[in-house]
Amino acid sequence: MNFDELFGHLGQHTVDGLAKGAIYALIALGYTLVYGVLRLINFAHSEVFVVGTFAVLGVWTAVGLENNPPVAQAALFLLLGLAAAALASGGTALVIERLAYRPLRRRNAPPLVFLITAIGLSLVIVEILGQLLPDTLGGTMTTLFGRPRQVVGMPTIIESKPLFTIAGTSITNVQFITLIAALVMMALLDWFINRTKYGRGVRAVAQNPETAALMGVNQDRVIMLIFVLGGVMAGAAALLWSMRTGITQNELGFVLGLKAFTAAVLGGIGNLRGALLGGLLLGVVEVYAATLYNSSWEDVVAFVVLVVVLMFRPTGLLGESLGRARA
Amino acid sequence: MIDKLREVDDRRRALLGGIGARWRALSRGQRFLAGAAMVVFAYYLPSFGKIPGTNLIIPGLVSLRTDYMDGGSNWSGVLFTCAIYVLVAIGLNVVVGLAGLLDLGYIGFFAIGAYSVALFGSLNSPVVHWLQQTFDLPSTWAVTWAICLPIAVALTMISGVLLGWPTLRLRGDYLAIVTLGFGEIIRIFARNMTEVTRGSQGINGIPGPEGAPSADNQYFGLIDPKWWYFLAITVVLLMVFAVWRLENSRVGRAWLAIREDEDAAAVMGVYGFKYKLWAFAIGAALGGLAGFLFASRYAFIDPTQFNVRLSILFVAMVVVGGSGNMVGVAFGAVLLAYLPERFRAIEDYRWLAFGVAMVLVMVLRPQGLIPSRRRARELEDRAKEAAASV
Repeated sequence: MNFDELFGHLGQHTVDGLAKGAIYALIALGYTLVYGVLRLINFAHSEVFVVGTFAVLGVWTAVGLENNPPVAQAALFLLLGLAAAALASGGTALVIERLAYRPLRRRNAPPLVFLITAIGLSLVIVEILGQLLPDTLGGTMTTLFGRPRQVVGMPTIIESKPLFTIAGTSITNVQFITLIAALVMMALLDWFINRTKYGRGVRAVAQNPETAALMGVNQDRVIMLIFVLGGVMAGAAALLWSMRTGITQNELGFVLGLKAFTAAVLGGIGNLRGALLGGLLLGVVEVYAATLYNSSWEDVVAFVVLVVVLMFRPTGLLGESLGRARA
Repeated sequence: MIDKLREVDDRRRALLGGIGARWRALSRGQRFLAGAAMVVFAYYLPSFGKIPGTNLIIPGLVSLRTDYMDGGSNWSGVLFTCAIYVLVAIGLNVVVGLAGLLDLGYIGFFAIGAYSVALFGSLNSPVVHWLQQTFDLPSTWAVTWAICLPIAVALTMISGVLLGWPTLRLRGDYLAIVTLGFGEIIRIFARNMTEVTRGSQGINGIPGPEGAPSADNQYFGLIDPKWWYFLAITVVLLMVFAVWRLENSRVGRAWLAIREDEDAAAVMGVYGFKYKLWAFAIGAALGGLAGFLFASRYAFIDPTQFNVRLSILFVAMVVVGGSGNMVGVAFGAVLLAYLPERFRAIEDYRWLAFGVAMVLVMVLRPQGLIPSRRRARELEDRAKEAAASV
């Protein structure tokens, strides 16, 4: 129990945790949106994120990005990466919806059937990225799919250095961009759901699908919309992840997905602001725990948090607001 | 393409239905004889394609074996793996198929079973060293294999209850995610608690029925796993019988009732939580038993053998085979264990194939390849309700 280290640099650990949690929060949005409308855990969402990281890597490789480019170039490449990741992730999410979930919905399949399908899909995507593409494209795209199932490194787009220091707590430029970008994406999504016509459709279907249909809301279109929105958010998370860590791997999604799901449950699944709160909180808790014990226990924290939240407050901190009352 | 698949599937289903009807039309004695023939066949499998006692081979059948091709694996070894997977599938079927609880962390119980025999039975385990020092025992002392068995079963049952107690009140999909986390936690514990499990170094020297692994072992050695297969298939047959009896008991009926409609079951006086906990504990014990056999056979385990992927493979065996039907899940287990061994070309793509199989089965026929009749009717009902409400 290393309390000295934790409380000695509390501010620093908090900032580290917030930057980490921002990415969880963005992924958590995908779980929350789909759960809010369909009351379904989209297990394959973590793979939507992984596809995004590979898209970022692909674009950066294609434009020939080198380590630490000048600022203007870096900004341009970040935007390019965002566009590619959003397209790839949003597209993947849409394909998942159309190919797998829609036929099941037509048949009124039990929730577990959806979940097993999603697990199968997630396995398929992981294997396509990890085995099929390296085998077929490995020769032509060595940097992207070099060796099957290996961790792939990316060029450093922004060198991490302290941006400013407040009371002994330094915030690096990467952390700053991560946090700001995540907050902006969140704000945009929140505005979209709460203020626009399409958002009203989403909320209507979440509250009562039949009535919404009677009011002229196209349910299938709303469902496609939420999958795409969740995918785009995962794409943004993928860009931030690539910028921060500079690596990706086909099996990256499993643990990150579980953590993001935990974040969504912690904040109240189905609640957009809850996902933000849950993500940031989980990131902070994880960094604290890793400081107190040892970073090899870091992954256990999320599961413990998940079980505790589900046992004592299953509706999460802010409650489930996008969807209906808990069944 | 999908229509064609459906058509093929319908024809296959008609054939299967025919077999099922014929089986039910048999008299008790005939059924007993057929069952006995299957048991004999199970014990004959290691010399499959050969005539026992001679060196003659049967040309067509022998190509089904895995050791008659280049770089093939030992046939008895593959059979042993199949038997272990069947045991796992039967255990998981109690949880997923009968009680309707999706457990994605079944590998955790498998790991606990494996680690119990390793930690108590191996001379190289820190736990045995600690016991030796505390109770002043000779340095050759370790818990006997036969006593490790009840320890393993008890520990997995307890862990099943410990996991189930807080989580079984959750809704189905939440439960699935929490159990997934549990499976991962067990692996992380095994990896990080170096002073107990020797972490990623793993534990070797895990005993079998003849004691610690050595070249003197007559039957249960490391080279020829034939006797390991006989042991495993015996356990499987015993457990099949036990679970079959359980299925047709008060507990089994309670499970089906809970699976189909928990509220209705509660109204009829079936206390869901209690029976769910039972299903969890019994399923866990069977998983632990499988892990126990697995660890004794290979005499070495380390945490990487218990990753969550295997858990998903276990679920795939159950749902592809036909959850709720023991013949179905056993078939699924054998299929998923045997095919990648026989067709080495697909080795790299086995996980992709499993994933595709899971999605296809769920989208085209969620009741599985050899479905439980009751479960199939349930799903049809739901589909009809959906059609009526549109």
